[in-house]
Amino acid sequence: MPINLPVIQPGTQARKGPFARRPEDAAESLRERTLELAERGEWIVQRVPEPHLEVPTRSSGVKRVPLGHTWHHKSCGQCGHIPGYSTAIFWLHRKLGLEYEDPRDQTSCTAWNYYASATANQAAQAAVALRNFAAAHQSGYYPLIHCATSYGHYKEVRAEMVHHKALRDQVREILKKMGKPLVMPEEIVHYSEWIYAVRHEIAKRKVVDLSGITATVHPACHYYKLVQEDAIYDPDVYGGHRTAIVTGVAQALGVTVGDYSTWFDCCGFGFRHILVQRDFSRSFAVQQKIEAMRDEVNPDVTLTHDTGCVTTLDKSQFAAQAHTGVKAAIPVLSEAQFCALAMGAHPYRVCQLHWHAADYRPLLEKMGIDWRERWREFEDDVARLKANPGTYLTWDDAG
Amino acid sequence: MPLAESLAREAPGPGGKPAEVPYAEKERLFAAVKADLRFEDYLYGCYECGICVAVCPSARFYDFSPRRIAQAVAREDVELVWEQMNGEIWECSQCFSCLRCPRKNNPGGIVTIMREVAVRNGLHSAQQALEGYSRIIYKIMSTGTQVSPDMIRPEAFPDWGPTARETAENLEVWRRAMPPETMHTTSTSWEVDDKTLTELYLIWHLTGVLDMIRTLDESLHMILVDVMEEKLEEAGYPLS
Ligand code: SF4
Ligand code: SF4
Repeated sequence: MPINLPVIQPGTQARKGPFARRPEDAAESLRERTLELAERGEWIVQRVPEPHLEVPTRSSGVKRVPLGHTWHHKSCGQCGHIPGYSTAIFWLHRKLGLEYEDPRDQTSCTAWNYYASATANQAAQAAVALRNFAAAHQSGYYPLIHCATSYGHYKEVRAEMVHHKALRDQVREILKKMGKPLVMPEEIVHYSEWIYAVRHEIAKRKVVDLSGITATVHPACHYYKLVQEDAIYDPDVYGGHRTAIVTGVAQALGVTVGDYSTWFDCCGFGFRHILVQRDFSRSFAVQQKIEAMRDEVNPDVTLTHDTGCVTTLDKSQFAAQAHTGVKAAIPVLSEAQFCALAMGAHPYRVCQLHWHAADYRPLLEKMGIDWRERWREFEDDVARLKANPGTYLTWDDAG
Repeated sequence: MPLAESLAREAPGPGGKPAEVPYAEKERLFAAVKADLRFEDYLYGCYECGICVAVCPSARFYDFSPRRIAQAVAREDVELVWEQMNGEIWECSQCFSCLRCPRKNNPGGIVTIMREVAVRNGLHSAQQALEGYSRIIYKIMSTGTQVSPDMIRPEAFPDWGPTARETAENLEVWRRAMPPETMHTTSTSWEVDDKTLTELYLIWHLTGVLDMIRTLDESLHMILVDVMEEKLEEAGYPLS
């Protein structure tokens, strides 16, 4: 006897209209619980300073993103070998007239070591995070996290600190020994959320025609897969079905964003793998991501927002070229670098593109940027610095 | 020295399999995994739907499955958990794609706990997986930043193409050719002040991280203790 099941015909849309979560599906609000704990005197909550913008989150809530007065929690990978990433973030702040602090009182989140080697533990990781937060609070500036892993891991730490009193007590004691208070920021904010919040201001200052540019986007796993509730989802971007970070910015700049089938996939970074099992990272990055982008979209650039992703997607392409004989050369940039280029930043003094492996020059040419002349200027800078030991390129030089 | 530690430090048995360990010891290690504060937030049972496997990068390249991890711990399969702690847990990329699990499990998180227990107990698999990685552990623990510009050497990254060579050749002057003042460094990713470093050392010391290193690599432990004790004493932090 046939079973009477409703059948969805091919082509039928299962769901119409913008994606909206039902209130009963909303995840626990860590922000509310963070504030409750402050009321009970368990810790200080550092409030998002004015002016700030509110952006939509996955759990149908809003997230407060500070505009200025930010304390830049840098990223070891970005600053270590893709430095244009951080330089571009600072440059954008300066051009938008927003003040910031670039501290020396900051360690990395140490999560690379934690995820890769397990030679750390929950209390150590929480204490590292809260020490950095206390340092930001003491400076009077609000933490803006550059690295997606730091951001995701700090959200794990926040959830663990909210849930476990024993952990809070342990970390409070450790910080007391260094004369620091226990401080939790009201929101944990990634730099790409800041760029998303100010995207229309960036678009207004665009000096390059980007209408002929097609991009693909690789969102960082640790941005939207770890503690997902407050990642940014916008009904205007992919109907709210995917995180709006990076894509929303590219669209605001007038870039065509191409979709590809392995959008959700990780880049293959793998922490330990990128250093000691690079065949895994290389194969995954090229076969799962780069080749899918190339075959399905053939973009001028792929944009991402995390250090591990830029590293893996960018550096892995060289070996693939040798192996397959196929020209796998999709330039890989952070959206911060791309925004800076769009606003007229110097590709070398500001965006530091010479640290990248995949060939970015065809992209610059398509954007109408004379990279030969800009490189010559940079080589002059380098010659001047070489002739004058102890001197540095300054923000005045960078323009 | 715990039994697992002394046994696991022996050479692996035939076929690279871990040396035979009494069931009680495997149970003790599993109990340590379950006792972790995070465990109850990471496991809610398993439908065996395989969604986690479909999104897992490591499952495509290794004989590794987040579903099997969730299943083993959910079924309290002590033998399988032991086997996994002696091998496949080290293949996980810690990308947390598996958080797509409809049951709200976190297989990547369970792996994190299993790895920590493997390290704390000096399991041979942990020592093997982290062989060649001590330099990185030393860097992060002693400097507070993980990836320093001077690590990009053409001999270490021949597959990264000519940029690795160009970066190495021009390192000092290219770092000076950056506008942010904190980024002129070559041996750390940015300049970390001394007080900050000392506070980091205090955290490693107070949370038992140095003890974890000792089970893994005695000589790395000695080097780190030397660096850290001197700084902590100078800063007037009592070490007892
Ligand atoms: S965290 Fe580990 S188990 Fe989960 S999807 Fe990533 S690689 Fe697979
Ligand atoms: S996705 Fe979750 S429920 Fe499904 S197999 Fe994986 S762990 Fe089990």
